[in-house]
Formats: sequence, C-alpha cells, structure tokens
Amino acid sequence: MKTQEYTVVGTRPIRHDGVDKVTGRALYGADFQMAGLLYGHILRSPHAHARIRRIDTSKAEQLPGVKAVVTAGDFPEVPERMVDLGEGDTPLSYARGNVLAKGKVLYKGHAIAAVAATSVHVAEEAAGLIEVDYEVLPCVLTAPEAMQDGAAILHDDLKTKEFGEQTGRVSNVAEHFRYAMGDIEAGFAQAEVMVEREFNTATVHQGYIEPHNATALWNNDGRILVWCSTQGSFSVRDVTACLLDVPVSRVRVTPMEIGGGFGGKIPVYLEPVAALLSKKTGKPVKIVMSRKDVFEGSGPTPGSHMKVKIGARKDGRITAAQAYLAYEAGAYPGAMVAPGAMCVFAAYDIANVVIDGFDVVVNKPSTAAYRAPGATNAAFAAESVVDEIAEKLGIDPLDFRLKNAAKEGTRRADGPKYRRIGCVEVIEAMKNHPHYTAPLGGPHRGRGVAIGFWFNVGLPSSCTISVSADGTVNLVEGSTDIGGTRTSIAMQAAEVLGIPAEDVHPTVVDTDSVGFTAVTGGSRTTFATGWAAYEAAQDVVRQMKERAAKIWETEAASVALDRGVFQSGDKRMTFQELAAKLDQTGGPVVGRGAVNPRGVGGSFSGCIADVEVDPETGKVTILRFTSVQDAGKAIHPSYVEGQMQGGSVQGIGWALNEEYFMNDAGSMTNSSLLDYRMPTALDLPMIDTVIVEVPNPGHPFGARGVGEANIVPPPGAIANAIYRAAGVRMNRLPMNPPAIMQAIWSQRD
Amino acid sequence: MHTKVRVQTTINGEPQEFLCEPRQSLLECLRDLLGLTGTKEGCNDGNCGACTVLMDDRVVTSCLVLGVEAQGCQITTIEGIARGSELHPLQRSFLENAALQCGICTPGFIVAAKALLDQQPNPSEDEIRLWLANNLCRCTGYDKIIRAVKQAAEQMQEVNA
Ligand code: FES
Ligand code: FES
Repeated sequence: MKTQEYTVVGTRPIRHDGVDKVTGRALYGADFQMAGLLYGHILRSPHAHARIRRIDTSKAEQLPGVKAVVTAGDFPEVPERMVDLGEGDTPLSYARGNVLAKGKVLYKGHAIAAVAATSVHVAEEAAGLIEVDYEVLPCVLTAPEAMQDGAAILHDDLKTKEFGEQTGRVSNVAEHFRYAMGDIEAGFAQAEVMVEREFNTATVHQGYIEPHNATALWNNDGRILVWCSTQGSFSVRDVTACLLDVPVSRVRVTPMEIGGGFGGKIPVYLEPVAALLSKKTGKPVKIVMSRKDVFEGSGPTPGSHMKVKIGARKDGRITAAQAYLAYEAGAYPGAMVAPGAMCVFAAYDIANVVIDGFDVVVNKPSTAAYRAPGATNAAFAAESVVDEIAEKLGIDPLDFRLKNAAKEGTRRADGPKYRRIGCVEVIEAMKNHPHYTAPLGGPHRGRGVAIGFWFNVGLPSSCTISVSADGTVNLVEGSTDIGGTRTSIAMQAAEVLGIPAEDVHPTVVDTDSVGFTAVTGGSRTTFATGWAAYEAAQDVVRQMKERAAKIWETEAASVALDRGVFQSGDKRMTFQELAAKLDQTGGPVVGRGAVNPRGVGGSFSGCIADVEVDPETGKVTILRFTSVQDAGKAIHPSYVEGQMQGGSVQGIGWALNEEYFMNDAGSMTNSSLLDYRMPTALDLPMIDTVIVEVPNPGHPFGARGVGEANIVPPPGAIANAIYRAAGVRMNRLPMNPPAIMQAIWSQRD
Repeated sequence: MHTKVRVQTTINGEPQEFLCEPRQSLLECLRDLLGLTGTKEGCNDGNCGACTVLMDDRVVTSCLVLGVEAQGCQITTIEGIARGSELHPLQRSFLENAALQCGICTPGFIVAAKALLDQQPNPSEDEIRLWLANNLCRCTGYDKIIRAVKQAAEQMQEVNA
C-alpha cells in the first residue's frame, strides 16, 4: 500500500527524550524528591469481603516518626453525583470508596487507611499497628457465581439496569445491555453449519514495570500540587479536585515520566490520599505502591465468561452470530464489556447479530482499561469459533475471513457504519506473507491466525508552538509520553513547518501550562495531540507568511511555504532566515492548536502464530510470530512496530501464562512477578511486523491510532495454532500446561 | 531509629561514603541517599531487573543487596555507563533501534547488557535472550532490545578490530 510521500512523516528520527532515558537522567514519578518529604504507606484489607466495624489508629499515631494517619472519614462529605474519571462516568462514592474504603472492603488489597512518616519503613511499621475490626462476609469471585440467585451482594444500593431501564432489582449485575441487528432466528435458519462454544478467561494485569506513585503538597496558599506517573494529568487533576471538594483550578498536576500504563494508569489511587496526608502534616507526601499493591490494589482487566455461536452457509458466508459476554468488573461497576461487545464481531460483515453484555461486580480489584479493553477476551472467543467453522467448511481460515471481512459501509451491531477501513488489506497482507506458507518443520507444531479490531478515540488535545530566533521551535503539549509520542507529535509539526524533526523541541508540561488534554489512551495521542500540533504549526505558518509579506511588502496570500522555504514571486527565505527576523517584524510568533477531532478511524490487526506443544507436559513454545496492522499512515514506523511487538507479546502472555490465581477466600496467591509469569526475552522469538497503510480520511496525514488493536488477535491465533499442533480446542485463558494436558487427556478418554 | 552504619564504596569510579540503616537495600541507598535515581524499582523482590547494577563486575539486582554489603565494592550504575559526554555504544544502539518505549526498564537492560558484552563480545541471539531473561520489559516485546544489543556488539567489535 502506498501513501503520500512526506519529508518527515514516515521517517525514523531518534526520540527527543531518548538520551535522558538511556542515561538514567529522566525523572519518573518515584524519582521525585523535595525538601521535607514524608513517605506514605497504605494499609490494605486482608479480606475479600468484610464489613469494617471499627478502625483504631491510635497505636500507629504514637509510633515515633509517624506524622499523620488518614481514613475514608477524612474525605470531605460531598453529595453523590456522577464524575468523569477519564474513561466514563462513575458515581463519586465509588471513586472515593476505591481510594479509601468506607464501611465495607470489597476485595483483598482494598485500601483502608494511610500513614505518613519520616521514612517508608516507619510508615509501613505504623500501618501494621492500625487495628481494624472486621466482620468477614462470604465472597464471590467469578461472574457466573456472582450472577446466581442468593449470591453474596457487594453493594446494597446497586440495582440492575436492563436494556437502559432501571429494574429496581438489587444484584451484582450492574447492567445488562443488548446490541441487535437483522433477524437472528432467520439468520441461523439459513446456516448450514453452526458452532456454539463457551469460554472463560482469567483476570490479568497490564503488568507495567513501574508501580503507581504520587507525591502531593497541600501548599500554604491552599493549592494542591501533585507529581505523579499518570496517563492523564488532567484527569488526575479533576478526580483529585472532586474527591477533595475543591475547584479544579486549586490542583496542579505535573506529569513525571511514566513507566508503562496500558490503560492501568488512567484511574486515580494515590493522589487524593497523599494530598489528605499533606494537608494534615503541612509537608509533601510521597506514596509508592509495592508490586503486591499493584497486583492487589490497582486495576487489572476483567476475567470473563462468554458464549459465542456462529452460523454459516456452505459457500463460506456467515449468516448469523450471537454472543453472550459476562465480564467481571471487580469491586465497582465498569467492566469494559460494552467495548468488548462492540468489538466481538467488528471484523466481520454479518447481517444478523445479537450481542448480550453483562457488567458484573465481584470481590476482586476494581478493573481498569488494558490495551483495547474488553476486545481481547471477546476476540479469543469469536476467533476460536470462526476458525472451527472454517475448518468444518474446509475453507482456508484466511480465505474464510476475507469472504466475511468488514469493509467501508459495513454496519456494526452497535450502530456505526465504517468509513474507509483496512480489514481486507490486513488479511491480504497476512495471506501474502511468506510466514503463512512456510513449512512448520516438525511434529507437534501448528499454525494459527486471528484478526481483531479496536476503535480509536479523538477527545480534546492542546498544543502551542513558539518559534526561536535560530529557526527551531518549542512545542508544548499535555499528553503523557508513554512510548515515543513526543516524537510522533513533533514530527507532524515539523512536516507542516518544513523543518527537521530534531528542530522541534517537544515538552510535556503540567496542567497549569497547557490547555486541557485528555488521557493518553484509546490509541489517541499521535492521532489527536498530533492533530493539535498540526493545527498549531499551521497557525505558525500563517503568522510567518504575514511576516514574510511584511518584509517583501506584498500580500500574505501570495506567500507560499514549500519544504521550509517561504517564497513569493522571485523572493525566497528559509524558515530559519525568517525566524531570525521576527523581532523586527512584530515580535514573537506563537501558534496554538486546540482540537476535539471526530475523524477517528478504527484500526484492524491480525497475526500468524506458529507453536509447538509438548505432548508430555503441555508446554507451548512460540516458534514464529508475525503481527500485521493497519496504521493508516505510520508517522514513526519504528514506534509503530514497537506498539505491534509490545501488544503481541502482551497477548502471548495473556494467552499462555498470565492469570490472577485466586484461592477460595479471594486472595491472589501469585502476587509477585515471579509467580505472575509475564513473558521474558527467553520465552519469545523475534516478532515480525507488517505495517499496512490504508489512510484514515479523518486525519491530516491519514494516521490511525496503533496502540491497541495488536493485542486483540494473539490469544485466538495461539488457540487455533494449539488446535493444529495438539488436536485440542482450548476454551479458557490462560492456556497453560495444566489446562492443555487436561484437554489432551479428556480427549483421549 | 536504628543505628546507622558507615559504608565506604566506589560508585561509578568515584569513592563514595554514606550512612545507612542496616535494613536499607542498596537500591534504596542509591536512590534515596545518593540521588542516583537512574536505577529503578519495579518489584523490590528480585524479579524484574529494573534495579540491575554491577557490583565488582557481577550483575546484581540491587533491591536484593543490602546497602552495608556494598562496603569496599565497586558499584556501576546506569549513570556510570556513558564515557563522559559520549554515550556508550549500547546507549546509542538502544536509541537507534527504538529499543525503549516507556524506558523504565532501560537502565537495567543497558547495565545487564554491558556486563554481557564485557565478557562475551559476540553473543548469539540465544545467549542475549538467556542473559537478559532476568530483566522484564512490558512495552517492547524484546525484539528491538535484542537487535540493539547485537548492533552494539558488532560496533564495539569493529572499533576493537
Ligand atoms: S526492583 Fe529489583 S529486581 Fe525488581
Ligand atoms: S520500555 Fe517500558 S518496560 Fe521496557
């Protein structure tokens, strides 16, 4: 696929923040230091479900070195309302209750109280001296369990919403919704083959290497200053202000470098607590989670219970598809089941569809987004069934997908019609890749494929660009750079200005210093903040043309900019030359861009996985892996590849090893990086990538977000590969050795 | 308060003295007492490698070493890898290969990879993967990290040839 040629867009400059990150100089949240700093520690619930009868903090307060202790009671009383937490509306009481539990603890690891002390060790010791009197309650840990009549109820005030209507029924099901299109009965009646299967997937964690952290100072002027590692400085500002009942302008959030997030660093856990401790002590307070806290007290991604049924004709056309998706939200509603439901059949053009989604609370940590949230679970189920149908029909799995692929004009069951999308192109690239036809080279080996979809979001972004006298520019933006977006944003400005990427100096600044910018999430940063930079650069160009016109005594409209050279008639001046003359022509040039773009284009992704299954142990080895994705236009191809490789490997971990291993009491028994086994360098082959470019008509350079779709297909592809290698269709994640051996043995019986 | 212990050591080639509590890890001493925050904490129990430093040319996870154990040792951290104003070939190849995304794991990988190349100038892909299996990266899928280490090895050999 050829797209338009550019000078900067599509090249691979060294990232602007690179040197600081390879020399150890870059400052991440936990690196923040300040005179008089106190250290915080959070006491967490040892029970999965219990009523808090009494909390006695007196012993903790008496320990030398302890400066303050806070509990939920220290939050101001605020009347209940809905608040936007950066990924949708939540009742304020839920947001606050997850930060410090009130009345009840809903999962093991639920924060109860916090201590500030002169050292982290003293704070930890003091937390151990807080006495909590619990009435332990029965717990529910999976969606099917929680949905049963008579199940232990997490929230006495949570009433089920059904098809948009309040039922008034108290249960653990926060919502049941349905997307439907066509006539499902008629669709299945036309089908000549039908497959219906049931799937379960475990809770998994995003696994970012940097634990959550926050430092807060409740300053003497009443302003609350926060330094933290977050995906969204403005949502930290807004949530902190909301829970502390102060106007947003009272809070300033400085985003430090962030060590991974994948969706898990959108929610706010520590900042309001650090602020409360700071208010009590008059000192800055830093809280850093331990790895165990990260597993037990942050937001993993939902486990799920799913059923998928697909029917097709012998000619290979799918006639109907039905899905039942019950996702475990954890302690509070919001399991991201709606995006899962929108994505489950999103790669296919199907006339008759019914999708039922259930958002179910259970006694596990409140879940958060994880890279294409909700879509990976659903695609594992759908792609397994699609593979089985293709096999029954004797059609090559990629040909079968091609026959049914979504294209421009296809309507999704949740309503929208696609604009120009690259689903077909992705499947074709998979077919044409030498990997697809290469010999497997040994027994117990198999190859599997799968495809997947993820939206992109737009949302507000702001950016300013000021021109320096030496012809470089300074770009100020508000999007946390989690994987090279300073550069992919700067490159879009450079392209407009006709200067090298290196001549744009991007800085991510605090919430006082730039216009509102939504979270780094939804694959939006390069797309939307890049667009803001594009607009700001256009603004600079407009002003620079006026300056050139002034010098040349002509009309600004007659001045053109081509590859960094301003021209009018036979007059020429480089960007650099003109930049040196700004003082004499009217003063500084500052461009601004503020956008809320609508032209989001979804991204499709596919992968080919070769595995070997050890028939004695059930261990799966990934032999070869190719990831294909439609990037629209790859702004910085190296970082697009990086997203594809990173997402693929997270998908491999999800497929094969990762899971919250819960005991019956609701305690996670593998809350360390030794036992929660994420892929290491030794577990993997190289991850080949193919970038497909079907330009997004809704973006100036045709870019689509690329951060997420790549995680969606791997579990399905690996399941399909395992089937070809070992003859067993897996219906659960992770597909670890015990699960595979069980499947092999039960087939032998 | 616990009585503090005086520790004399050499860090990145410079003699360094500090006072620490017996329970403080070397990681904590480096970060909180000496301001060397380039060494990162990902787990504090030896399982992520973000805190990797060299101790007398041995690769250690500094969260599992006590500060007092550094007495008399030569410690190398990420801050001591560049040669003055010139980046180490590994640092350059990490940049050129886009071998970092968030960058939190990068100091640990570069320190560990340096130790590998110091003792095995021409490692195979498998050797690199085995050596770096102590270091977790959640962003990159390792592909570009492995390539960066290979490229640095080649460049260092060319220079030495
Ligand atoms: S912090 Fe030392 S190994 Fe993770
Ligand atoms: S680059 Fe983020 S963990 Fe390695």
